[in-house]
Amino acid sequence: MINLIQALGDSTLSRLSTLGRACLLLINLLTAIGSVLYRFRLLVAQLYSVGVLTFLIVVVSGFFIGMVLGLQGYTTLSDFGAESALGQMVGTSLVRELGPVMAALLFAGRAGSALTAEIGLMKATEQLSGMEMMAVDPIKRIIAPRFWAGFISMPVLALLLSAAGILGGYLVGVEMLGVDNGIFWSRMQSTIDFKADLMNGVIKSIVFGFVVTWIAVFEGYDAIPTSEGVGRATTRTVVYSAFAILGMDFVLTALMFGDL
Amino acid sequence: MENRNLTEVLVGLFVTAGFIALFFLAMNVSNLRESSVPDGYTLLARFANIGGLKTRSPITISGVKVGRVSTISLDQDSYNALVTLKINPGVCIPDETIASILTSGLLGEQYIGLEPGGMDECLENQDEIELTQSAIILEKLISKFLFNKADSNAK
Repeated sequence: MINLIQALGDSTLSRLSTLGRACLLLINLLTAIGSVLYRFRLLVAQLYSVGVLTFLIVVVSGFFIGMVLGLQGYTTLSDFGAESALGQMVGTSLVRELGPVMAALLFAGRAGSALTAEIGLMKATEQLSGMEMMAVDPIKRIIAPRFWAGFISMPVLALLLSAAGILGGYLVGVEMLGVDNGIFWSRMQSTIDFKADLMNGVIKSIVFGFVVTWIAVFEGYDAIPTSEGVGRATTRTVVYSAFAILGMDFVLTALMFGDL
Repeated sequence: MENRNLTEVLVGLFVTAGFIALFFLAMNVSNLRESSVPDGYTLLARFANIGGLKTRSPITISGVKVGRVSTISLDQDSYNALVTLKINPGVCIPDETIASILTSGLLGEQYIGLEPGGMDECLENQDEIELTQSAIILEKLISKFLFNKADSNAK
């Protein structure tokens, strides 16, 4: 019995200290913005590996998501003779929800896991402690540029996914299934508000980018420096990111669009 | 050196693609182009019941859109709904115009239809449209019909 209570207390304490370390790392990352801007080259290099390399998967997936939305939306809407609302449906669901959420999930899988593995391996091969020995702050030199690169790339990727999805929906709905071109765009324009829909989607994607890269760099930085530890940290990054994205999405949607 | 240049170019392209996507979404997908039209003037109208009218619902004359509903509030004195209508600049709404709340299609969105009056002078900013017609509530209509039917059967 005593052992059970002891184990419970131990795991609670270790979880609390993990959370504490994550928050301390976040504070260090946020205050490192000056040195990130000072070493702009490092940020650009990370923007390439975090953003540009995720570009293709995001655009292609967005295109297919939009095509599926167009196809499924059309079959249901045409039952009610409301095919004209297809543009509205495709546009709203992409700009409000699917754009930010799908981009963030893909980003966590493609870039987040790579970040964790990279940083974790640097720790396992003692590159990070090596830097500390040379009086180079690994947080400023290695981790902060990656964090800020993720933070910047995420809204760009979400916008690209929405745009590609709408083009995919247009291709299926208008070009293949024969919804009227003018009605498709005009219904979309009359429902989607620049501030209430598009900008809220961008805010969502900024929040997701922040959370996902924070989880990714922290898991890497905090990984047990063995090959098994790095592997586990990478898994945790993807799982925690997926949870965080979907959970935050509900909260943000309720705040922005719902009347809860 | 060449390799680094390529990276920088690709990052630049990536960010540019993001801006193009934002531009496309703003201009072609959202209503930014429409709302960037210079603001017109506002008119007020009081309705006994606005039904399902919402802010940003369209205002039309003979089916042509001439503005949008900007705010809806409750007039505490008369307990009527006070609706502000934002009319596009250059559109003249004559005095004695009738504003009625209509529905597009059987179950469609509600909008305000204006029937221009016969006077020569135009309404100005913050003027009130005096003649209004409330939304038709389908339930009330049906119950009225049923009661009439019952009355005529009883006779």
